[in-house]
Amino acid sequence: MIRVENLTKYYGEHLAVDSISFNVKKGEIVGLLGPNGAGKTTTMRILTGFMMPTSGDAWVAECNMATNSLEGRRHIGYLPEAIPLYTDVTVRSYLDFAGRLRGLDPYRIKDRIDDVVEICHLEDYIDVLIGKLSRGFRQRVGVAQAIIHEPEVMILDEPTLGIDPIQVTQTRRLIKELGQEHTILISSHILPEVSMVCDRVVIIHEGQIVAEDRIENLSTILKGSQSIRLEVRGPTSAVTRRLQRVQGISQVRYEKPYHIVECPVDQDPRSNLMTAIVQSGWTLLSMGTVDMSLEDIFLQLTGEEDFDDDEELEE
Amino acid sequence: MKNTMLIALKEFKSYLTSPMAYVIACVFLVLYGSLFIWYLEDTQYSDTSINGYLDIWGNLVLMLFAAVLAMRLIAEEKKLGTWELLLTAPLRDTEVVLGKFLGSLGMLVSMLALTLYFPLLLRVFGIPDGGPILTGYLGLFLLGATSLAIGLFASSVTSNQIVAAVVAGGMLAILYFIGIAGDAIGGAAGNILSYISLYSHFSAFVTGIIDTRAIIYFLSITALFLFLTIRSIETSRWS
Ligand SMILES: Nc1ncnc2c1ncn2[C@@H]1O[C@H](COP(=O)(O)OP(=O)(O)OP(=O)(O)O)[C@@H](O)[C@H]1O
Ligand SMILES: [Mg+2]
Repeated sequence: MIRVENLTKYYGEHLAVDSISFNVKKGEIVGLLGPNGAGKTTTMRILTGFMMPTSGDAWVAECNMATNSLEGRRHIGYLPEAIPLYTDVTVRSYLDFAGRLRGLDPYRIKDRIDDVVEICHLEDYIDVLIGKLSRGFRQRVGVAQAIIHEPEVMILDEPTLGIDPIQVTQTRRLIKELGQEHTILISSHILPEVSMVCDRVVIIHEGQIVAEDRIENLSTILKGSQSIRLEVRGPTSAVTRRLQRVQGISQVRYEKPYHIVECPVDQDPRSNLMTAIVQSGWTLLSMGTVDMSLEDIFLQLTGEEDFDDDEELEE
Repeated sequence: MKNTMLIALKEFKSYLTSPMAYVIACVFLVLYGSLFIWYLEDTQYSDTSINGYLDIWGNLVLMLFAAVLAMRLIAEEKKLGTWELLLTAPLRDTEVVLGKFLGSLGMLVSMLALTLYFPLLLRVFGIPDGGPILTGYLGLFLLGATSLAIGLFASSVTSNQIVAAVVAGGMLAILYFIGIAGDAIGGAAGNILSYISLYSHFSAFVTGIIDTRAIIYFLSITALFLFLTIRSIETSRWS
């Protein structure tokens, strides 16, 4: 459904996308993952016909987006990075305009508005001015706009940006549901998010693809170890030494006030760690897994050293 | 056509729902009304015409208001991010540009229509000559349309509405005043300046004569700037 071949985009002298190629098959949900400035938005803007590539080709639904853009755009639902909303109209009249803009038959618009309002849980806000909606609800209106014409392909640029965790979960669930009927390309810079909703990821960095694989296989591309972060009340160096002796632990380091232990992904040494600490008479204040941050992944995939490793703690 | 009308209607509606547009329309009416009255008082009510707002001041007010109406057309969409919505919808750039032009033209024509009550007053209290009034309004319509097209172009080169208004105002002022300069200079060079000037072509409409050359001139400038707007959008897709 989406085919990108040697796509390159220069902004003036600046190379934003450097000859990337990838495919998205019908019915797939693919994540475009990359840190800030990687070229995700640029790629999506070319795919949606907003911009022309400097060289290379992009096809959506068998339409070349440089030469047959108008036809291609009919098959696309697009949520840009900045949600494209008119603030001085109601949700209803906005969706009405968006539907007509996308060439939806006028006599079907009313039904479709009802449908997308239900899908995106906007029932209570249908006659509210968009300017009065919170960021999370604006995001939902943005998604509603992208699906109103029942597009075959959906392109969503960071759909969970700037919304609270509960709504993030809802949005992800929504995307998963939509993915049953649509082909979806979604961009993100959060690895766990992509791994939750996507079948496959394409990781880009500085305009180039550094990895592309199914989620299950990604961990083997990566170093195959996970980190656990512990906060222990006890003598630091003694704790470090004790933790090192716990079975399955490959490495322990101390980053004030945490001990970070590493172990292979297929093991869960948490109960062993806990027992060791308690038996030594110390107190375990907290324990959690540390997700490998995107920066760590790039560090690993690109072998570069210039990322700072601020890790993301989950749970 | 359907798409053009969709955009035109949306633009026209968004003027009608914005308080700013009502302020603009009111100030416009007050200014045109004042020009109208001052002229009648100046001539001791001997000349029952609308010449009050067909002179330079009337033209400048019209051009200024057209520039202000047009400044938001594209710049605002860029700022809101809705530009990306329009340019990724299955619409030709031409349809977007024409729609926006027609929507703003609708607003400007509505504003001009409200001033029709000045000639109506003349009818009630005197015996005005209908010909110059009709051609005068034709002239105002054409000058307004041209100014909107120039304003639309200015709006397409920036995402800042104020910048758009200033750029449009600058271009309009140059296109207008080179005519006055041309008349002052005289000779071949002066003629050329007059030939491309808004000012020189507008004066034809005040006398009650329908000057086809002037009509063609205004329509050409309008078409030229609509074309430039389309090109400017196209260029932005490639840059
Ligand atoms: N309109 C533009 N003009 C010039 N340079 C641009 C423009 N848009 C993006 N860039 C540059 O191109 C590069 C890629 O930008 P892009 O927006 O595609 O990244 P991204 O992956 O979407 O990043 P983010 O996660 O921050 O959204 C960046 O270095 C950016 O500075
Ligand atoms: Mg981006």
